[in-house]
Amino acid sequence: MLAKRIIPCLDVRDGKVVKGINFVGIREVGDPVECAEMYNAQGADEIVFLDITATSDHRETMVDVVRETAKKVFVPLTVGGGISSVEDFAKLLRAGADKVSVNSAALKNPQLISDAADRFGSQCVVVAIDARKMEDGSWHAYSAGGRIDTGVDAVEWAKRACELGAGEILLTSMDADGTRDGFDLDLLNAVIAVAPVPVIASGGCGKLEHFSEVFEKTGADAALAASLFHYRELTVGDVKAHLKEKNIPVR
Amino acid sequence: MIAIIDYGAGNLFSVQNALNYLGLSSVITKDPTEIRQANGLILPGVGAFPDAMRMLDSSGLTGIVREEAVKKPFLGICLGMQMLFEESTEFGLTKGLGLLPGRVDWIRCPYKIPHMGWNSLQFAKKSPLLEGVEEGAYVYFVHSFQAYPGDGVLSAWCDYGTQIPALVEQGTVFGAQFHPEKSGDVGLMILKNFGRLTK
Repeated sequence: MLAKRIIPCLDVRDGKVVKGINFVGIREVGDPVECAEMYNAQGADEIVFLDITATSDHRETMVDVVRETAKKVFVPLTVGGGISSVEDFAKLLRAGADKVSVNSAALKNPQLISDAADRFGSQCVVVAIDARKMEDGSWHAYSAGGRIDTGVDAVEWAKRACELGAGEILLTSMDADGTRDGFDLDLLNAVIAVAPVPVIASGGCGKLEHFSEVFEKTGADAALAASLFHYRELTVGDVKAHLKEKNIPVR
Repeated sequence: MIAIIDYGAGNLFSVQNALNYLGLSSVITKDPTEIRQANGLILPGVGAFPDAMRMLDSSGLTGIVREEAVKKPFLGICLGMQMLFEESTEFGLTKGLGLLPGRVDWIRCPYKIPHMGWNSLQFAKKSPLLEGVEEGAYVYFVHSFQAYPGDGVLSAWCDYGTQIPALVEQGTVFGAQFHPEKSGDVGLMILKNFGRLTK
């Protein structure tokens, strides 16, 4: 059977790994290639680079980061952040990315999903959704790194993204993100119920038990974390040892 | 020298990065002379079966690949593995290279398709590519179609509610449904074993 995947995420700005807290307050923590190598050695099943570079002229830096990482790290690499065209996909895939994730640009232009899936295959098209809970109990998809409420229902959006050809959903709960209180199980279950593709849980993990909880209580295929791994509070190896103890299949 | 066959499909650089990392010299090429002179061949592939076969045909390499694959170690990866079989039903019936008996068809299982992620190898027979690899080791898959191989060619498989052929071989012809170049240390070991066969 498929192993549940543990995915460290590296936020990269101008070629440096940084970490934001609650989408604000950024501090630099290191070289992305070295960080990726470290996670690879810890047993990461996949590595996500999220480019939070503000200006497009620095985006080429990300292509270099991917190219250098792909020479040393032999697990799947996913790159997201600021992707707005099929050409962006092509550039990153050529540099050695295995998957590319889209967020704001896909909300603005959903056809980007189908165009990319037609050209490169669904397997490399990840749709990232930043969701926040509304008073009526629904969730809205936010764009621009969590700054703009698009008014789009996040669950409906996940469903539509899959119909358009998304091969995977990377679902971040903005409510849980930064709280360290655990993944947003309700949001995950709502999206997993409508998405026929793998769903990656993101946002909110603060301790080992949150990883077993998300796999025991939802159908998530993978769990993503950034801060926990960055600040070496936990290693990927710690998480996997814990999951193994709980009889959850891991690599 | 290992020739990675460039017919317009697949992420050739990932395979070459892994070979470089292992110190195995390789060339990405569509030149028939280089392909004939190489000590080993790798046929990568990502995408749809009919497109890939059409691209291989229009590169004028189909005949050369068929001839050379039985002369020296030859490894098809992912779609490149599926192309080794006689035919595939993906987007209508398409003839494959016919280097291995069997056909390619949808994965029939109760789980999500594509079969994407890390799954563990179960051994069916001894293979030189699996030397140093433990049964149960995980490798990385991404595919919606699978091989239904003829007798005797299956070396390793994995369980996904159905038996999915992971490694197939006959003589000099090998095929990996998973991506060894994306399968961490286990994948590198398998590529290293392949490299050794080419020396």
